[in-house]
Amino acid sequence: MAFRVERSKRQFSGRSRSNWLTRNEPSAIILTKQMAAIEIDGLEKSYKTGFFGNRFIQGLKPLTLSVEEGEVFGCLGPNGAGKTTTLKLLLGLVFPSGGTARILGCDLSDIGVKRLIGFLPEQPYFYDHLTALELLDYYARLSGVDPRERKHKVDKALARVGMIDSGKTQLRKFSKGMLQRVGIAQAIVHDPKLVLLDEPMSGLDPIGRREVRDLVQELNEEGKTIFFSTHILSDAETVCDRVAVLNKGELKGVGVVADLLREVSGEVELVWSGAQAIPALSALGARCHATGEVVRAVLPERLLEAALDAMRASHARLTSVTPVRATLEDYFLARIGEEKPNEVNA
Amino acid sequence: MIGRLWAIAYNTFREAVRDRVLYNLILFALLIVGSSALFGQISIEINRIVLINLGLTAISLFGIVIAIFIGIGLVSKEIEKRTLYTVLAARPVRRWEFITGKFLGLVMTLTVNALLMSAGFFAAVMYVSHGLGRGDLQLVVAIYFILLEFVLITALALLFSTFSTPVFSSIFAFAIFAVGTFAQDLRGFASMTPGMTRWIMTGASYLVPNFASLNVISQVAHDTAVDPKLILLNTLYVLIYAAAVMTASVWIFERRNLK
Repeated sequence: MAFRVERSKRQFSGRSRSNWLTRNEPSAIILTKQMAAIEIDGLEKSYKTGFFGNRFIQGLKPLTLSVEEGEVFGCLGPNGAGKTTTLKLLLGLVFPSGGTARILGCDLSDIGVKRLIGFLPEQPYFYDHLTALELLDYYARLSGVDPRERKHKVDKALARVGMIDSGKTQLRKFSKGMLQRVGIAQAIVHDPKLVLLDEPMSGLDPIGRREVRDLVQELNEEGKTIFFSTHILSDAETVCDRVAVLNKGELKGVGVVADLLREVSGEVELVWSGAQAIPALSALGARCHATGEVVRAVLPERLLEAALDAMRASHARLTSVTPVRATLEDYFLARIGEEKPNEVNA
Repeated sequence: MIGRLWAIAYNTFREAVRDRVLYNLILFALLIVGSSALFGQISIEINRIVLINLGLTAISLFGIVIAIFIGIGLVSKEIEKRTLYTVLAARPVRRWEFITGKFLGLVMTLTVNALLMSAGFFAAVMYVSHGLGRGDLQLVVAIYFILLEFVLITALALLFSTFSTPVFSSIFAFAIFAVGTFAQDLRGFASMTPGMTRWIMTGASYLVPNFASLNVISQVAHDTAVDPKLILLNTLYVLIYAAAVMTASVWIFERRNLK
C-alpha cells in the first residue's frame, strides 16, 4: 500500500504542535509516532562571574523544547539571547547547570551519537594550514567514515557547496564566504542525521544566503533534521517549519511559523472607491490612506463587520478585503521588542 | 580510538611543519658549521668538546623553545580560534583523545626536528673527529635524554595550555624548566635547611621536574660513559611524570566549559 509522507513545511502546517507526522492517503490520514531529534527538558546554564566567582549570570533559563525528526527548526533571538549557549549545551562544549537533553534518543554524554551530528559553528575558523580537501578528510577520519568511502564523501560534500575547484587551496587563502561553505561541507561530510548550524547565513552576500537556504531545504528533503540559530528573520521564515524565539536566555515563544504569524497579525485591508466612508472607518480606528479615488484602510479583523456596515451605510463601492500578512519580524518584535534587547537585527 | 589519536597527532605535526617550525634547522646548521670552522682552528680535541657541547645544547634548547611556544598554544589557541568546536562538538572524539593526540603530535614534531638536527650534528662530529668510534654511542644516549626532556616539557606546556593564557603559560613553562634544571641543587639546598623548611623544600624539589638528571651533555663531551641504570631510571621517571601531568591536563580539560 503506497502512501505519501508529507515533508517540510506541510508536515507542520497544522495549528497545534504535536509529536506526530501526517501521512496522507486519498481517503485517510494515518498518524505515526516519530522520535524527537532533540528533546530538551529544563536545560539551563549559569556562569560564575566576579573576582571570587561568587556571582552568577544565567546564560540560559530553564528551557524545554522538542525538535522533531525531519523538521527544519529555527532558533531566533538577538545577540546574547542564548542561542549559541543552547547549541553548545547540546553538543557538550559547555556543561548544563540543570536539566537534561537527549539527541536522537541518546543522552548528551553518549559520544557515539556524535557520528550522527553535523555542526557549523558561528563565524567558523578552521585549520588554515590545511587545504579544503585535507580538512574534510581530517573530519571524515575523526567521524569514523569508512576509508573506502572517505574520498567519495569528501568530494561529494565539497561539490555540494560549490567548492570542488578550490579543494586544493589552503584555507588561509579563502574569503569569509568560502570558509562558510567549507564549514557547511564539514558539517555534512559524514552524512549526519541531525545538522546544527549556528548563524549559517551570517556574513554571506544575498546569493550566498540563497544558496545556503537552498542547501538547508535540500538536506531536509533528504530526511535530515536541521536545527539552526539565526537573527536573520527573513531566512528563518523562508526555510523553517517551526521556530523558537529566545531573548535574554528565556524562551519567548515556539511554534509553526504560520501559527505564530497569526498571533500577531489579525488585521485586514479594505480597498474601495470614493472618499465618503473615510470618516466612519476612521472613527472605528482604521488607518486610512487615499490615492486619488482609491482608498485603503487597515483595521483589526474583529472590526471587519462593523467596517462593512459603515461602508454599506456610506454607499461606498468595496473593491477588496485582504488579510494583512504579518512577517516573522512582526512576531519577533511583538514578543521581545518591548523588552528592549541590546541589539535586534532583522 | 587509535585512528582518531593518529589523525589529531598527524594534524598537529602537519600544522607545525607548514607553519615553518622546521626552519630552525637552517639556524642550527649555520651554528654547527660556523662553530666547527671557528673552533677547528684551535685544536682537534677542543674542537670536538666544543662541538659536542654546542651541538647537543642547541638541539636541546631549540627543541625546548619550540615545545614551549607550540605547546602553550596547543589547547588555548584551539579554543581561541574555535577550531576545536568542530572536533569535539560533532565528532566522536573524547576530550582525553584530543589532548593526547595533540601531545603526541608535538612530540612527533620535536622528535623529527631533533633527529634531523642529530643527523647534521653527527656529520659535523665525523668531520672534526675524522670518523665515529664506539664511544660516540654516548652521544646517542645524550640525544635520547634530550628527547625525554621534550616529552616532559611538552606535557607541562600542554598542562598550562588547558587552563591559562599563552602568555602566562609560556612564563610558567620557562620558569618550571629553569627551576627543573637546578632540581639537584634544590635537593642539596633542602638537605641543608633545618626543621619544617627542610620538609617543604624537599617536597618542592621532588615535585619540580628533574631536568638536571636528563642533562649529560658535558659528561659525554668529555667521553665519560653514562650509567646504563640512569637510562632506565630516567626513562621510567619521565614516563611516570609525563603521565601524571597528562592526567592532570585531561582532568582539567574534561571539566572545562568551552565558551
